[in-house]
Amino acid sequence: MTDAAATTSPAGATSPGAPVVEMTGISITFPGVKALDGVDFRLFPGEVHALMGENGAGKSTLIKALTGVYAIDSGRIVVDGQERAFAGPAEAQTAGISTVYQEVNLCDNLSVAENVMLGHEVRRAGGIDWRATRAAAREHLRALDVDINPSSSLSSHSLAVQQLVAISRAMVVDARVLILDEPTSSLDADEVAKLFDVVRTLRARGVAILFVSHFLDQVYAISDRMTVLRNGRLVGEYRTAELERVDLVQKMIGRSLEVLERLEEAPKPQVAERRDATPYLQAIGLGRKGSIEPFDLDVYPGEVVGLAGLLGSGRTELARLLYGADRADTGSLHVEGDPTRLRSPRSALEHGIVYSSESRKTEGIIGDLTVRENIVLGIQAERGWLRRVPQRRADEVVDQYIRTLGIRPANPDAIAGNLSGGNQQKVLLARWLATAPRLLLLDEPTRGIDVGAKAEIQRLVAELAADGMAVVFISAELEEVLRLSHRLAVLRDRRKVAELANTDDVTTDVVVDLIASGGQQ
Amino acid sequence: MSADPTPSPATAPDEATLPGSPAQPRFSVGGLVRHRLFWPLVALVVLLVASVLKSPQFLQVTVLDGHLFGGPVDILRRSAVLLLVALGMTLVIATRGIDLSVGAVMAIAGAVALTQIATSPSPGSVTTVTTAILTALAVCLLVGVFNGFMVSVVGIQPIVATLVIMTAGRGIAMLITGGQITTVTSAPYKTLASGFWLGLPVAALIAAFFFAVTAAVTRRTALGVLIESVGINPTASRLAGVRARTIIWTVYVVCALFAGIAGILQSSNIMAADSNNAGLFIELDAILAVVIGGTSLAGGKFSLTGTLVGVLVITTLTLSITILGIPVSAVSLFKALVVIAVCLLQSPVVRRKMRARRRAQSAVPVEVAA
Amino acid sequence: MATQQIVEIEPEAGSRSGALTTRWQLDRRYLPVLGTLVVLVLMLVIGGSRYDNFLSGRVMANLLINNGFLIVLAVGMTFVILTGGIDLSVGAVVALSTCLSAWMFTRGWSAAVAIPASILVGTLIGYLVGLMVHVFEIQPFIATLAAMFLARGLCYLVAPESIPITDPTVVALSQTRWGSADGLVITPSGVIALVVVAVAFVLLHYTRFGRTVYAIGGNEQSARLMGLPVARTKVLVYVISGTCAGLGGFLFAVFSRSGYSLTGVGMELDAIAAVVIGGTLLTGGSGFVLGSVLGVAVLGLIQTIITFEGTLSSWWTKIVIGALLLVFVVLQRLLVVRRRSR
Repeated sequence: MTDAAATTSPAGATSPGAPVVEMTGISITFPGVKALDGVDFRLFPGEVHALMGENGAGKSTLIKALTGVYAIDSGRIVVDGQERAFAGPAEAQTAGISTVYQEVNLCDNLSVAENVMLGHEVRRAGGIDWRATRAAAREHLRALDVDINPSSSLSSHSLAVQQLVAISRAMVVDARVLILDEPTSSLDADEVAKLFDVVRTLRARGVAILFVSHFLDQVYAISDRMTVLRNGRLVGEYRTAELERVDLVQKMIGRSLEVLERLEEAPKPQVAERRDATPYLQAIGLGRKGSIEPFDLDVYPGEVVGLAGLLGSGRTELARLLYGADRADTGSLHVEGDPTRLRSPRSALEHGIVYSSESRKTEGIIGDLTVRENIVLGIQAERGWLRRVPQRRADEVVDQYIRTLGIRPANPDAIAGNLSGGNQQKVLLARWLATAPRLLLLDEPTRGIDVGAKAEIQRLVAELAADGMAVVFISAELEEVLRLSHRLAVLRDRRKVAELANTDDVTTDVVVDLIASGGQQ
Repeated sequence: MSADPTPSPATAPDEATLPGSPAQPRFSVGGLVRHRLFWPLVALVVLLVASVLKSPQFLQVTVLDGHLFGGPVDILRRSAVLLLVALGMTLVIATRGIDLSVGAVMAIAGAVALTQIATSPSPGSVTTVTTAILTALAVCLLVGVFNGFMVSVVGIQPIVATLVIMTAGRGIAMLITGGQITTVTSAPYKTLASGFWLGLPVAALIAAFFFAVTAAVTRRTALGVLIESVGINPTASRLAGVRARTIIWTVYVVCALFAGIAGILQSSNIMAADSNNAGLFIELDAILAVVIGGTSLAGGKFSLTGTLVGVLVITTLTLSITILGIPVSAVSLFKALVVIAVCLLQSPVVRRKMRARRRAQSAVPVEVAA
Repeated sequence: MATQQIVEIEPEAGSRSGALTTRWQLDRRYLPVLGTLVVLVLMLVIGGSRYDNFLSGRVMANLLINNGFLIVLAVGMTFVILTGGIDLSVGAVVALSTCLSAWMFTRGWSAAVAIPASILVGTLIGYLVGLMVHVFEIQPFIATLAAMFLARGLCYLVAPESIPITDPTVVALSQTRWGSADGLVITPSGVIALVVVAVAFVLLHYTRFGRTVYAIGGNEQSARLMGLPVARTKVLVYVISGTCAGLGGFLFAVFSRSGYSLTGVGMELDAIAAVVIGGTLLTGGSGFVLGSVLGVAVLGLIQTIITFEGTLSSWWTKIVIGALLLVFVVLQRLLVVRRRSR
């Protein structure tokens, strides 16, 4: 499925035509999963190259393969004409490949100068010469048009500035390749503009920049070329100027043929007449700085609202606001018409709102407890510590869900942490469903689950809605969202850009267009 | 890349790949505990055997004056104080915390109780003794509330938060006793540590009672599971609606309460409130007992039975060393070797190696980043 | 595209504390130590006004004479705590050091051998702890607890009873006084303590090793990703703490002129208290050795004030230290919370 790759150097490059990094036929297999399958990748000096792909596409794995975090099973990595296999990020750094992560891996208890020069301080007579070190730091910062006091504490600066400090540090260690991992997720427009200025300066200097981001506008603004991955395979390498947004989104999301074939026959949910006039949950102007722009959303009982959008578009952030896991800065929330303040997940539970998180390992499963204990945890938490859920009731509930959701191994006493991801997800679903909620916020509930179980869960969701439950459904797979939802909310770049009823003429193309155009159609 | 999602399932098979994995035993949790307790139990047996070899009457239990006497009875009686402290410590450690103040709390409990008895008109009456004990426990309750508040509300690290009382507590105890070692003569109070009831030492019965209560409360109600949940994954627990803050606060209160009871028992043993030496270093022994018993310092699953075994090992060790004629000074060295051995065996590095070996036998798909 | 334009970046304008910090750039990091200094000055003022002779040379000199070993301990402890760890073994190592040197003296070893040996035993134990913490990933609390039992156990083996030290070198060191006749004197021990502080200061602020210590405490993961020698540094801080404990033991042996296995009980807590009161955060990454010295001074002054007061009994020392700890710890927590919420 690979499109023909551009083989000439990127337009505007001022350096010779040889790539600084060339990865060929990279494959990495983890137990049960082929994370990368014969991926090729090239990076030229003096270009900004965007790595695109949805969740699970393999971007993170590819970068970790390059920097030596993961060992590759097959393929070659050639850096500067030499075949290399780095033992870890530190060694990659010495070879000129530096990474700036989203969390800005610096030490914020130290000053700017110290962070920039850490490990490379200027020394004199055996000890550090601070004046010279600070001066050197200032020079490196100036070279990127960043003028801040090197003696100032790093923590006193915003994340955007800290990122620039991290990039300066990469230059101190003579980076020839700079990997920027989702650098703009927490920046506002001005900060992004400043970052891009810096990126352009570096590009002019001949540094190769690998840019990973989900913000389409930004990718189109800054990158020269892009490589698209999907499901661990290379889709293609393109010149940014030659690839339409719509085509890009298409290539990233693609069509999972198998899923479609299996579920093709199921009809679309009827757009239900509103049974009640009051929505179960109503968000008005709800927003949180740095997380999601203020949005309105109504969720009615018996209705499934699907959130469609690319990764990073703000779907999880939206759901977390509805659940009280994060606190909103602006706007209000109404439950059954009454204004409510959801101060914590616990109060959300008391209002019958449950949230199934997408990061099931860190926010969902209690690894060392059994399947039974995990499933019963929700109802137990409701009852408090004193009144234990009666053994028989617990057994009933647990057996019911093990059956309905097909949890394997079908043993309530299995340690939850040992189950595969898919089954862990089912255990979590069981936990929430057992509390008989009124509103179900499902964040990527079918990720990592095989097709058969997927269909079961989708059927379950449809049944629940038919029985009167309100559901908000988030999934990276558009087909799934379209299959289940009565209404769709489309998000892009942390903003809700469109809302529409899921009538028969709404197809994935329509939604893809909405995402690509940002709702301006 | 900051969130490591599972890869898209288009090609990943699901759980069907476990044909060879053994059926999980019914009591998989029990299996874990059994595994961890194996070596401590072996150590206990070895110590007992060695003692018997040196002193054949050691394990004999005779009836004297209507009471049971003998080595095992001695062990039980002497374990009482440490068991009480270790019980509370187990719960605290299960929530990923630690309580260094227990020794000071013991001193405070003894000081309060004995001062009250000493200054009362009838030190020998049961009423006086009961009131004194209740007052002492009330004070300890306050200390527990303070510790719990610092950890669960203010958010201070447990080591530091409990260090405050550990430092100031003995001073407070001395304040209460006016700087002296208060002694009293009070028959009811004396029976606590030295008396017998139905042939068994009262101290052991008290400890056994609270052991039973704790076991019942943690395992009959949901408290045990909730504590473990909070210790294993506080974030997920909170999201699941568990009142993490209340639970953490509660365990510190319980720990202080139990330490108070232990303090009363110990002061009853010597019929004096020695604020300087009461419970000195007992927190270390308690932590050691908990660790030997298999509860991890990182929090999560805990085992009260394991703690009991740990306590017995430590008490038997001290007793055996006397019997075996090894100088008392060697106790410390031996403890050091035990701690080091246990820690190395429990260390993440060693556990990983053992888990890798076990994993190789059953092909369970591993979650990785994409 | 304005490439050559220098852009001024202002720190976040939103919060008031941000504006304050811009103007007083360094203050935030020095706040805790400044707090300690304030407390110290307050105590001096109160003491000076309440009692005669409080601010005399002799009293101040005695502070250093009596607490020289604690200063050395606190310095070593600072290194460990800066990386986010803790060392519970220092008291036991002090005892082991005194016992070992005393024992060696009775066996006829000269001071030239016995003294370095007693210091090196601390180094060795520190190295073992470092290995446990880094290679086996055992929590510092437990690893140093084990080391404490080990050291204490070895103590009892070496010196089941107190051994007096009569070696002429030690006696000479113990009795020498330099300085003016009336009061302001200093002992060799005091000099050694001050030298240790100076060396530690240079190490922490003027070498790459020192900056790595701070980096690890700030964010160990980042330090690793930045290519710093995290493993080596972590082991080294425990070696330093152990060595300081050994050295502190030597100073204590000079002070008490005996080797006694029950020495140093609780000394590690004094060292930790001094470090915390001196403004070092127990979470790591923030603090200064000079602060720890001030912390020791505060502890010493508390003792002095109570002695002067006469009617107050010694148990007030414990209560006051506990209260001070409480205040500092809560303030530090508020500082961290404020920083996080920006």
